[in-house]
Amino acid sequence: MIVYEQLVQPFFDYAFMRRALVACLALALGGAPIGVFLVLRRMSLMGDAISHAILPGAAIGFLVAGLSIWMMSIGGLVAGLSVALLAGIISRTTLLREDASLAGFYLISLAFGVLIVSTRGSNIDLLHVLFGTILSVDDSALMLVAGIASLTLIVLAVIYRALVIDCFDPIFLPATMRGAGVFHFIFLALVVLNLVAGFQALGTLMALGLMMLPAAAARFWAREVWSLIAVAIVIAFGSGVTGLLVSYHFGLPSGPAIILTAGTAYIVSVIAGRHSSLLGRYMHRPHFHDVGPLPDPNDHAHARESVK
Amino acid sequence: MTAPAEIRLHDLTVSYERMPAVHHLSGTFQGGRLTAVMGPNGAGKSTLLKSLVGLLPLDEGRIGLSGLARREIAYLPQHADLDTSFPITVFDVVAMGLWHELGLFGRIDTARARRVDEALETVGLPGFGERPVTNLSVGQLQRVLFARLLIQNARAILLDEPFAAVDERTVRELLAVMHRWREEGRIVIAVLHDLAMARTEFDDALLLAREPVAWGEVEETLGTDNLARARYISEGWGRAA
Repeated sequence: MIVYEQLVQPFFDYAFMRRALVACLALALGGAPIGVFLVLRRMSLMGDAISHAILPGAAIGFLVAGLSIWMMSIGGLVAGLSVALLAGIISRTTLLREDASLAGFYLISLAFGVLIVSTRGSNIDLLHVLFGTILSVDDSALMLVAGIASLTLIVLAVIYRALVIDCFDPIFLPATMRGAGVFHFIFLALVVLNLVAGFQALGTLMALGLMMLPAAAARFWAREVWSLIAVAIVIAFGSGVTGLLVSYHFGLPSGPAIILTAGTAYIVSVIAGRHSSLLGRYMHRPHFHDVGPLPDPNDHAHARESVK
Repeated sequence: MTAPAEIRLHDLTVSYERMPAVHHLSGTFQGGRLTAVMGPNGAGKSTLLKSLVGLLPLDEGRIGLSGLARREIAYLPQHADLDTSFPITVFDVVAMGLWHELGLFGRIDTARARRVDEALETVGLPGFGERPVTNLSVGQLQRVLFARLLIQNARAILLDEPFAAVDERTVRELLAVMHRWREEGRIVIAVLHDLAMARTEFDDALLLAREPVAWGEVEETLGTDNLARARYISEGWGRAA
């Protein structure tokens, strides 16, 4: 019973916990698959740049309309899309490689965003935008997050095959059909949308965390794109629930609690995941022809023995 | 098959990273012939192939196609352009060749699945479908990519250094696949480094040194005079830079 009281009761007792729970589920469903493709496409830095770019956009929305979810979201959306497009154009037309131009963009965006919010708002507002408040998610924010998650899943289902092909062989579609670039831009738009959704709950700086950490952790457990996505969703939602409970019981801020839980899942996966984790490397000498099942990763006794 | 396939180049100039890499190239690639594209490093060989499939815009000139549509040109990039750590099976890579038939939603029915399996058999990898590409050797990966080309069923096939770092036996078997394409009247263009292979296995050669040095029957094109001239031109690039 004590387990029930600790783990389930809070969600029955408080509406804000229930809303936060639903927000976590929506963020996990939409963000985790996007994160998986970001990892597979080696675009983590792009995600980073976009998430920072959302800040000045949201800040301008905040200037115009105060703490309005919709205005801040639209501002963040516009700013995020602009940076994603600009970075692409700059890397294509100048000598600077994409990662360098992205780093440049996100530093400028971050400074600009903090400047806007701090000159016009109070420190509380700044904290709200930077770190989010999943516990104060209201119905309209919930609608936005759930809407974005639904849209993401539908659009991903439509462009899934093209995305998978593009990850493995980025030249194939452009060499095979006209207008193949459209898939990349649709994907970028989904990244921006999901970061906007995440920033309501987790803030602009940590929204990426619930996207990337579960996706990175999933790489150690699954070997197909669909199973990576499934594992990432489970880890993301699990991190959300765990983080909420930790923050509830210990009076900690919810955003960092959720991201740290996801971070813990990532570190555990790096150490003890099924595929090419640290422990796995000791237990199993690599054979290039080997495609059979690996030994049980939870077999720690065996692991310790072979380390000796 | 239908009308003989041809790719005609008219005074083609293409830039790579805004440096003109292929100058004023005119000539015809013919169906039913194997053409080796040769030349020193930086001679514009890869740039030429990329422009033929539309990956690079043309600065000047134009490309005329007869007996084939633009989408019937298949292209195999160099290894470096593939993410071999990507979690995808051999079957799925080969099935990518069905893109024009399937698009985003088409289903891989049993007939198409059989075509994929047959292509894998042709390249000497029967039963490899379920393996992840991560575990393949360089030679095996190249066989898989040739299977994808088989599935694409393209009238023109462009290969960028298809035999780099590939073991001898694989080279032999893939050359056999290329000879089969020649019998079927397809255009086959391959960027090569191996002079001996070009002389023994190919019909035509295009010797590039940013500008065309020679283009025609392989023996004549790869004569010592032409090779010396290509080398002489390429030494000039170092001095200018």
